[in-house]
Formats: sequence, C-alpha cells, structure tokens
Amino acid sequence: MRLDIVTPEKLAFSDEIDSVVVPGGEGELGILPSHAPIVSTLAPGELRYMKGGQETSLAIGTGIVEVSHDRVSVLTDMALGAEEVDESAVEKAIEAAKKAMTEKLLPEETAAAQLALQKSLAQLHVKRRKHPH
Amino acid sequence: MANLRDIRRRIKSVKNTAQITKAMQLVAASKMKKAQDQATAGRSYADLLNKVLNNLKEQTSAEDHPLLREKSEGGDLVILITTDKGLCGPLNTNLLRLVTEKVSKDATFITIGSKGRQAMARLKRNILADFTVKDPVSFAETKPVSEFVMERFLAGDYGRVQVAFTNFVNTIRQEPHIETLLPISPIELGKKKGFEGMGGDASHAAEGPGYSGYLFEPTTREVLDTVVPQYVGYQLYQMVLESRASEHSARMVAMKAATDNAKQMIKDLTLEYNKQRQASITAELLEITTAMRALE
Repeated sequence: MRLDIVTPEKLAFSDEIDSVVVPGGEGELGILPSHAPIVSTLAPGELRYMKGGQETSLAIGTGIVEVSHDRVSVLTDMALGAEEVDESAVEKAIEAAKKAMTEKLLPEETAAAQLALQKSLAQLHVKRRKHPH
Repeated sequence: MANLRDIRRRIKSVKNTAQITKAMQLVAASKMKKAQDQATAGRSYADLLNKVLNNLKEQTSAEDHPLLREKSEGGDLVILITTDKGLCGPLNTNLLRLVTEKVSKDATFITIGSKGRQAMARLKRNILADFTVKDPVSFAETKPVSEFVMERFLAGDYGRVQVAFTNFVNTIRQEPHIETLLPISPIELGKKKGFEGMGGDASHAAEGPGYSGYLFEPTTREVLDTVVPQYVGYQLYQMVLESRASEHSARMVAMKAATDNAKQMIKDLTLEYNKQRQASITAELLEITTAMRALE
C-alpha cells in the first residue's frame, strides 16, 4: 500500500507502507491494504504508519485523506516529522493560542485559535513521543 | 570637453554599477528557479485536490456551497499582488494599468506587496488590508489572506473576489492577469486553470479513470466544506508564486539589459579616453618641436 502525504509546498512523504492510522474528523481512522475507497476530513493530530514492523509518526494539520486503488493520499496544510518540530517555537505558539482564546470574543476567532492550538499540540506530541523527557 | 581625469572617474563608476547589476541578475535568476520549483512541488497536491473535487461534484449538489454561489449584490474585492521592490522593468506598471482599466473605481483592494499598496494609496482607492509575504513565499503566509477573503465573502460584504497578478508565461514574457477567485464557478471547479502552466506540463492524473464509489466521512457535505476552502487557498498561493516567478524573471531581464548597457558605455568611454590621451600627446609633441624650431 502506498502512502502519499502532500502539502501545497511539497510532496512531504511517499513510500510503500504496511498500515496507517490517520486522525480523521470523526476520530482515528486505521487503514489497511485493500481498504474500501473513502474520502474523509482530517483533524490536526498525529498520523502513524507502520513499515517493516516499525512505527513512525508525523504531525499533520487540517485537510482530507483519500483512499483508492490501494493508495492512501493525505492532503494537508502541514506535515512535520519529529525531527522537523521546533519545540520551543511550538511551546510559544501554544502559549499564544491559549492567550488568544481567553482574550478574543468572536466565535470564529476562538475557533482559529483552537485550530492553531490543536496543530501545535500535535507537533509537540509527535516530538515528545520520539524523545521522551 | 571632459578632461582625462573626469573620463577615468566615469569609467570607474560605470564599472561599479555594472558589477552590481550583474550580481542582481544572477540572484534574480536563482530566485526565479526557486519559485518555479516551488510551483512544481505543489503539482501533486493540485492533482489530488482536483481528483477529489471532480468526484465530489458528481455525488453532491456542489452548486449549493456558499462559496460557489453567485451573488447579485455586493461590490468587488480585488487582491492586488505586486512586488515589494523595484528594478524589475515594467512589471508593476503593466499590472497597475490593467487594474485601472478593468477594475471599477469603487472596488476595495487588499494588497500584497508594497508597490501596489503605494500605488493604490496614491490613487486614493479603498484599501481594506495589506499583507506582507516573504521571499520565498510559504503557504502558511498566503493562507490567512485566503481565509480573510472567504470570511468577507461569506459575510456578504462583497459579491465577487478577484485577484490581479502577473502570470508567468516564460522567462521573457510575463502578462498581467485578473482572475476571479470567488465565487468559484462550478464548471471550473476541479479543472486546470490557464495560469497553472508554470512548472512543466504535468498531465493531470485527475482526468484518469473516474472513481465514483467513494465513501465520504463524516458526510459529503463536510468533506466539501473542507475541500473547497483548501482549493481557494491553493489557488491564491499559486497566483502569488506566479507573481514571484514573474518578478524575478523581469528583474533578471532588466538587470541583464543594464549590465549590457554599462558594458557598452565602458567601451565608448574607453575609446574617448584613448582618443583624448593621444590628442594630448600629439599636442605636447607639437609644442616641443615648435619650441625647438624657435630656438634654432
């Protein structure tokens, strides 16, 4: 089964994998080979894939996942591996988002801050998993 | 007539200028390449997005989506993408001319790039917002712009959102272009746009065998709600990239012309310098010989 992760900027990942778990809009979605064709929304979170018995995780943003012809395509606005996450910058972003959520009153602004927070948390989660403190 | 020292000084200063323009030319060439590569790198994203959109179109009444709905009222909102720096030939002038010709006077502007902002302020047009994007531009920087215009559009403040940018045709040709971003025409949805020519002729995988047996999670509606804004965001990002590639190639061409002109000038000045030097030697010799004759 092939997994492609694409962002508008680059093809972030493309390889043969054994299985993948994506953070779908309705909860985690596990995909094994020969999965039925599906299109699902994504929530910012952690994507984990298995290849040769080894699990790797990536932090991804909002977007969609498409499965067809034994091919999983993830379209997202962010895809970062653990080594790409800058921990201190992310922590700052989390602070900023939390602060914004307490200050801003408009519902869409709160939603935007919440989204930013989710994305940052996903990045941190992926980072911490690889290098536990 | 300029004396020898003046000419020498001028040659030196022209040489310095030529060095600077040559350096700028090389920098612009490499930046142009980068912008083109960036556009190519996003190709697989576009293909996939179009594929999903084409499928969605068949299964849902995509026309119902608020971003696709035509509106009769509301003014025009124009996103004007210009350069931040000058020295890029007639690029901004051409774009601004097209904008003044085609866009009505009451339209509101959102500017990306300082040249456009200055020009619109001079023309006393309404400016709603100004965004700054770095070079090379990242998707994270253009996303707030697309989110902002979608919000305004959905709020009903504007009936149409257009983008004025420079389309990159090839290294020596860049064309000013105005494209409608919102509402998205349902027919155009998921199709390749004319301005997406940059970065090679990637044939569209999306036009392969149609796949209509998709399951949509959670619902087709929600998937559509996610995909359409992404499509808009991607389109805008692509247009900014086109403008960036155009800017750098225009600058490269302008700087090449400047370097060539400087070289020609150095040549002319050197000729002039040698002529004058020879003339002064001849004059001196003449004086010496005359003095000798007078003494005899």
